Amino acid sequence: MLSSQTKSNEIVFGSCNKDLLEEIIFYGIGLGADFVEIFIENTNNSSVLAEEDFITSVSPSFGRGAGIRIFKGKKDGFVSTNDLTKHGLMRSVSQAIEMLDITDNKIEVFKGLNKHRDYCLSKKKWINEVPSIHEISEKLLVSTKSLKKNNKIITRKGSYSRNLQEVIIASSDGTYVSDIRLHQTVGLNVIASDAQYRSSGSRRFGSSGMPNEFRLWDHEKAANDVFESSMNMLYADYVDAGQMPVVLANKFGGVIFHEACGHLLETTQIERGTTPFENKLNEKIAHESVTAIDEGISEGYFGSLSVDDEGMEPEKSVLIKDGILKKFISDRAGELRTGHKRTGSGRRQNYSFAAASRMRNTYIAKGEHSKEDLINSISEGLYCKSMGGGSVGATGQFNFAVEEGYLIKNGKLTSPVKGATLIGEAKEVMPKISMCGNDLELAPGFCGSISGSVNVTVGQPHIKVDSITVGGR
Amino acid sequence: MNSKEITTQISKAADSLNLKKWDYGASFSNDYSVQVDKGEAKQLKASQKQILTIRVWNESNLVGITTTSDISQSGIEKALNQANIASDFGNKNERTEFSPLAKDPIEVKYTKKRKPVGIKKLLTLLREAEVKLLESHESIKSVPYNGLSESFYERVYANSDGAFRSYTKSQAALYLYARAEENNKKPRSSGSVKLGYGVEDIDIESCIKDASSKTISHLNYSSIKTDKYLICFSPESFLTIINAFSSMFNARSILDGVSLSNKNSIGQKLSTEALNIYDDGLHEKNISSSPFDGEGTPTKRLCLINKGRLENFIHSESTARIFKTIPTGHAGLGSKVSVSPDWIVVEKSDENSDLKTSLDHSTYEGEFVYIEELNAIHAGVRASQGSFSLPFDGWLYKNGKKISIESATVAGDIKYLLKNIVNIETNQEVTTSGISPHVWVDDLSITGDA
Repeated sequence: MLSSQTKSNEIVFGSCNKDLLEEIIFYGIGLGADFVEIFIENTNNSSVLAEEDFITSVSPSFGRGAGIRIFKGKKDGFVSTNDLTKHGLMRSVSQAIEMLDITDNKIEVFKGLNKHRDYCLSKKKWINEVPSIHEISEKLLVSTKSLKKNNKIITRKGSYSRNLQEVIIASSDGTYVSDIRLHQTVGLNVIASDAQYRSSGSRRFGSSGMPNEFRLWDHEKAANDVFESSMNMLYADYVDAGQMPVVLANKFGGVIFHEACGHLLETTQIERGTTPFENKLNEKIAHESVTAIDEGISEGYFGSLSVDDEGMEPEKSVLIKDGILKKFISDRAGELRTGHKRTGSGRRQNYSFAAASRMRNTYIAKGEHSKEDLINSISEGLYCKSMGGGSVGATGQFNFAVEEGYLIKNGKLTSPVKGATLIGEAKEVMPKISMCGNDLELAPGFCGSISGSVNVTVGQPHIKVDSITVGGR
Repeated sequence: MNSKEITTQISKAADSLNLKKWDYGASFSNDYSVQVDKGEAKQLKASQKQILTIRVWNESNLVGITTTSDISQSGIEKALNQANIASDFGNKNERTEFSPLAKDPIEVKYTKKRKPVGIKKLLTLLREAEVKLLESHESIKSVPYNGLSESFYERVYANSDGAFRSYTKSQAALYLYARAEENNKKPRSSGSVKLGYGVEDIDIESCIKDASSKTISHLNYSSIKTDKYLICFSPESFLTIINAFSSMFNARSILDGVSLSNKNSIGQKLSTEALNIYDDGLHEKNISSSPFDGEGTPTKRLCLINKGRLENFIHSESTARIFKTIPTGHAGLGSKVSVSPDWIVVEKSDENSDLKTSLDHSTYEGEFVYIEELNAIHAGVRASQGSFSLPFDGWLYKNGKKISIESATVAGDIKYLLKNIVNIETNQEVTTSGISPHVWVDDLSITGDA
């Protein structure tokens, strides 16, 4: 039915909803819940696609919804809904309670919500500061035009997306928070072709909380980079498969640490019993040259947050210090079920997912070597300049596509090679990262996992892996 | 609001904005799912979702679009307004129209809508399944990935020209991924997925049995030597490859320059004459079948490869108009309308005399690699270039013995793969993504670390 509720009986963004939220939490606690959490969001998104010399797609979208999670003991019931009326939210609480089959009479104490922590104050103007569709379109078209550098480029694309998310988080431990999140990404892609040869190149850039960032984006530099990459790879031979030392470039090269090791340090993996690092706290799990960090506090980075999706401010977590495992990435359920303290890492794609322990900005810290030191140390191996995506299996095996690779011979970069895949297991590869460069850089990405797709940053300096399986032909 | 009321509401709001031409697609769903951990409920989920996508055509016949989950009167008005604003940026280079088939009759068959069994029943069934799987073999220590869900949904398409289509369905899914551990060996994992119209249609026992036997069969493993091998693709893995390179059949991909085919590729020989491939969204085994696509075009069976030659492309309204043909029922509603296959069916054609029929996965005694499942498709496939390099789960058959392969990838080129098919077995198997027999391919590269 069309909404006919009065304003006081539904969530209104930008207003004080404290009484209504407290009423709903009291309702859940009164029905026997140990813990009640309400996550409400309002989104205003937009995306633009330029192909060749035309804007071919402009897609605005907006929506609102709520995710309600009830804990009883260590189990939880989660209900999501688009109905933000008091009736709709209470119905969702009832549904979650019913699912959990709560029968005991023990009632927890709810003392009401704490003072509102409002992270929105300086952010409300963002929606008026982000570039207009017209401005975005013009710059994307200039960008795709910049990619047209020779007649071997047969496909040129530029894409932009903006996600503006306003959230309200309230829970029975008193948490009461509002925040506005802004994420923008822009990417360029080309396909080059010459007779039977084909190659592609792509780069993506992203920021959080920086409404002006797209205007500052150096599209010429990006276009040159993508073009050069596609040209370098156009006539590349397939790599010969085998075991060899590799040097992984900085920026998105960090995706390997993210996928192969980072996920295994999330408490969700401990809960499942799928991480080999579960009982390795304060033990050596990596080469002593490796220090790895996960944090949500670096201003402007794609994985940064003012507050996580459970209302906790993010911390800087040193996961591995000089090869020794120091910390796991934890959320509320992770703390409850594994005992590892929350790290401000409870994240979700949107209201329809329950938060889970997820990475934010994750990187290997810089070392003391130059990139040349790493390459010079290898007589025969592979330099992975640009990485594609990858995945990790249920037993920890990972594989990653190398988008742009070069053979290393006698300490020098030689011919480009394509078709390479890096295969291994974190437990075996981490001790083989023997050299870290001094050129740490980060790159944005999207991470898909149990609580949906979230914005993250991956990163590292150039690193050398002494030996890894390279798949090829 | 139900779908008729939404249509009326959109029509009224469009009139007030003087928008003469519009269409919309909507989906409404109620989903319930459970996960367990060693006999205990882990997470129980319920969700109610609604999504509305509205397109409008402005006076210059340019299209704008907006998607929203707010299906209130104000939400609909806001969506129409936003779509109207977006239409100023509509694609001037490629016109979009209503599908000429949006009012044709649709074939609704095999619609089996079940009633919800409820969270408690889902939980009981999944707990029992987990226990049985754990008890099926002493090496199976946990079932880290598991879930049982049921979903009830309605899909709608309507336009200002009077087209209105709606259907409701139910679907249930069970997945069980077990983890086995033995002393001084690496943990091994495998699993099984089963779909049904409702929970009562899911063969839970066979899901447990499959998950158990697959997991156990990987306990004795070994590395494989990097080399070229004779490969037998399981039905599931062959369908994975075909779906990954479906841009070969996709008119949208051709127009976008990301397909290995071009406008003139129809009739091109891609493979042995023994190979037929269809897209058959309405197949009785396709639990997720939809009688119409995002533009309201009826879904139908379409031959993609006939006796080894490219026979048809899949189309949306606009690609069909550009190719001077009719839409095929493969469109997804969006600012840029997408095109994708529904349900791939692979079969052996009548022209199969060149096949080596002695190659049968259950009887062949020579050396070959059996690929059970391909992984990391998003990372290892370059569809626009035709190349792939993919990790897989499978076995090496050698000297009458079968041993699980540890950590290996298969690499090649889709055109090379199709041309090197040496046998297509007779028996087809139903999978979650289509139907296929076992398919044998000679001389593909495998990288292992032996």
